[in-house]
Amino acid sequence: MLLLLFEQFLNGLQIGLLLFLLAAGLTLVFGIMDLVNLAHGSLYMMGAYFAAVFTQWTGNFFLGALLALPAGALLGIIVEVVALRTLYTRDHLDQVLATFGLILFFNEFARVVFGAGGMAIELPSWLEGQVEIMPGLPYPSFRFLIIVVGLGCAGFLYLLVQKTRLGMLIRAGASNREMVGALGIDIKLLFTLVFGLGSALAALAGLMSGPITTVQIGMGDNILILALVVIVIGGIGSIRGAFIAAVAIGVIDTMGRAFLPNMLGSFLNPSDAGTLAQALSSMLIYILMAAVLVLRPAGLFPAPGR
Amino acid sequence: MPALMHKPVTTMIAVALLGLLALVPIAAEAFDDPFMLTLFTRIVIMAIAAVSLNLILGYGGMVSFGHAAYIGIGGYTVGILAHHGVHAAWIQWPLALLMSGLTALLIGLLSLRTKGIFFIMITLALAQLVYYLGNGAYAYGGDDGLTILKRSDFGGLIDLNHRPTLYYLCWAVLVAALYLCYRTVNSRFGMVLQGAKSNDRRMATIGFPVFRYRLTAFVIAGMVCGLAGVLSAAFTDFISPAMMHWSRSGDLIVMVVLGGMGSLFGPLFGTVAFLLLEEILSSWTEYWKIVFGPILVLVVIFARGGIDGALMRGQANILMAGCAGFFLLYGVHSAYESDWLIPTAILAAAFALVWLAKWLADRRASAKEAGHV
Amino acid sequence: MSDPALQVPVLKVDGLIKRFGGLTATDNLSLDIRAGEIHAVIGPNGAGKTTMIGQLIGELRPDAGTIHFMGRDITAMPVHLRSAIGIARSFQITSIFPNFSALDNVALAVQAHDGHSFRFWADARKDLGLREPAMAALEQVGLSHRAGVTASALSHGEHRQLEIAMALATKPKLLLLDEPMAGMGPEDSARMVTMLRGIKGSVTILLIEHDMDAVFALADRITVLVYGHGIATGTPDDIRRNEQVRQAYLGDETPSLQGAE
Repeated sequence: MLLLLFEQFLNGLQIGLLLFLLAAGLTLVFGIMDLVNLAHGSLYMMGAYFAAVFTQWTGNFFLGALLALPAGALLGIIVEVVALRTLYTRDHLDQVLATFGLILFFNEFARVVFGAGGMAIELPSWLEGQVEIMPGLPYPSFRFLIIVVGLGCAGFLYLLVQKTRLGMLIRAGASNREMVGALGIDIKLLFTLVFGLGSALAALAGLMSGPITTVQIGMGDNILILALVVIVIGGIGSIRGAFIAAVAIGVIDTMGRAFLPNMLGSFLNPSDAGTLAQALSSMLIYILMAAVLVLRPAGLFPAPGR
Repeated sequence: MPALMHKPVTTMIAVALLGLLALVPIAAEAFDDPFMLTLFTRIVIMAIAAVSLNLILGYGGMVSFGHAAYIGIGGYTVGILAHHGVHAAWIQWPLALLMSGLTALLIGLLSLRTKGIFFIMITLALAQLVYYLGNGAYAYGGDDGLTILKRSDFGGLIDLNHRPTLYYLCWAVLVAALYLCYRTVNSRFGMVLQGAKSNDRRMATIGFPVFRYRLTAFVIAGMVCGLAGVLSAAFTDFISPAMMHWSRSGDLIVMVVLGGMGSLFGPLFGTVAFLLLEEILSSWTEYWKIVFGPILVLVVIFARGGIDGALMRGQANILMAGCAGFFLLYGVHSAYESDWLIPTAILAAAFALVWLAKWLADRRASAKEAGHV
Repeated sequence: MSDPALQVPVLKVDGLIKRFGGLTATDNLSLDIRAGEIHAVIGPNGAGKTTMIGQLIGELRPDAGTIHFMGRDITAMPVHLRSAIGIARSFQITSIFPNFSALDNVALAVQAHDGHSFRFWADARKDLGLREPAMAALEQVGLSHRAGVTASALSHGEHRQLEIAMALATKPKLLLLDEPMAGMGPEDSARMVTMLRGIKGSVTILLIEHDMDAVFALADRITVLVYGHGIATGTPDDIRRNEQVRQAYLGDETPSLQGAE
């Protein structure tokens, strides 16, 4: 039972880390540029498609992933320069609408270019198996890899934001945009860089989730909402908050899905219990967010000065 | 407030549009085109929802990203009652209004404490809660939804199975919703609502407890939108969580903004434009959203204030040029598909009316100017 | 309360303290404002005038001390209730409803004090119970000729007048004016002084203002605020002669008092 619990915790952690990769870019962009980017989920989807195509092309998942990352970053930069740059000074409603339009575009674009059927990403055989991460606890290798990469990225982002000059600008920008401008920094370039970084992270999340689910149209839509929930709970602009909230949500969701059906199964038939459990565990997340916002209207770790 | 001093152009076009909408069943009958009635029933129902959203979004400044939830609540109330054999409209409909009002009250109580992006997000989250509630309602079909076998029964007074009757009922509700919105917005209550949108800190210092006014508007909007859900359930004989998906809420916001926020008739224009554009683009290409998405981005970036805004700013010429280009393309297209001739004719008539209204307004304006000199 | 005044002061502030982190923005401040007077509060930049107003109006909660209004403890009372019992404020930064006409702006203020506003049907713009008092308030500040103009189209000086009309329309017992002359040219300032002199007596006024000419021309009494603490209170003549006040101003090199002499 304890092992099962631990395994489910790992699953939750894995989902939470994917969510964090998506939310990190979102919260940076939101924190620094005050931009709500609904199309972030589309960048996640496009990252997965890029990886699928490049993997097919090169025959190697890692080469595919390596090519997909800069492709995702480049796409993000193009989107920023073409469409989003003019929206920084607009109110959130305009941003929501315009990026909503971008979602429609990207979903349809993927349908046209990659087909409606969805694509699978082939993993190398050594990642298909399981590793024994603890005596008596085998765990799927690829999921384990996601956890390792996710934690690595979290560490990298932490160092980047806390220790580097770019990170200093990011932190300063999150609390005081005018000040960064006054320092003589090219704000436009900084914004584009950060946007590209966020896009690469989204692409990374997409290409890692691709082999587990399948790569399909609209795969970014629902996870985008979750990522928005994450950054709102964590506090807009806060990487640390996004990390904690993402992992919490991943674990809650997974635990709910794993254990609620059994609990409900004692008084419902299995298929009904499954339906209800899935809905309940999804609802748990939104209940959590509502509770956090009622108690702490600016999220758990609000960036100073916002 | 520009929205309250409607220039004659906007009002004339809106009245003409409502008049045209009233003619749809007759035209559908005359041209034996049942699809037209289906399309316009959908348009009218969505317009009701958009008008209700405009009350809080356009006039109250509350960007609710979960408005589709009330469509769902209204629809589900009717569907669930019908599922249990309760078909009487005087039970179904008031109960649906009550339920959507209560839902709005709960969502409003929680969300109206927050501001800005947090408000957008919390309304989205709470609507997602309702959405997943529908998904989990396994007794009522879960995510597959539920077919309604028998439409609401008005005791023989109104026969909802008669499609034109249902259409006229929807049309009447739309007109009533617009009138309700007009009265509310210009009343004392409406002044408070708009004042709070404009400067809510000042509202508090001159002595308004803004929260309760916002909440009341939120509940009114929820109830009117619930009514749209009731009509939608009656029209499609079907309810499912999909009608409450967050992207439906996004669509509603798009309709309001496309038409012009905080203008009485904006949501009407927006809904008609949105759904006709959807219909026409999707008849051209399966991948219509690839065109519609960028159009939306362009509208947000360049055409602030939407259709109504363009009319108000006297940019009617741009609007005209857009319409004309649209019709040129559309005429070429419909030459190949005869079944689209009728809607084209109607659209062309609407275009002619718009043009006429503009011409009249221009003439009046120039006459006035001449009078001043 | 060492001095049992003949009448209860309109506003009595006692030992008010407000800290922001390490900074004490209001430092043991005490004030008495008597009925019918214009009481000015002056002080160099950063003296804590805005923080003080925030606490008087209820947007900030003091860390210690009490505020009494007409003998009633209002220290913990929320903003809209303070307004209801007769404290009105004009903002330092213009705070109006830009989309409404000038008359609508004032009518909304009247409406706030005319019972609740849960009236959904009748046209508020045809409601004489709102329009007439609103027009009267506009006349009082000399803005009635601009009643129909959208507020965003009014000039800066007119915005200030509109602000005061809105405050007056609520029939306040105490009017808090937060730098009404800020950013005004000499002509507008002079007009504002005339206007304030006109309403003097009908309402008690707490005036916060940098323009020393205006302050010394209008005020019955003046309190000088330095680092959140009231260092002196007295008539304009008392203040002019007060050595401590001179020190505070000269030391800070902010507008001196010479203009008033």
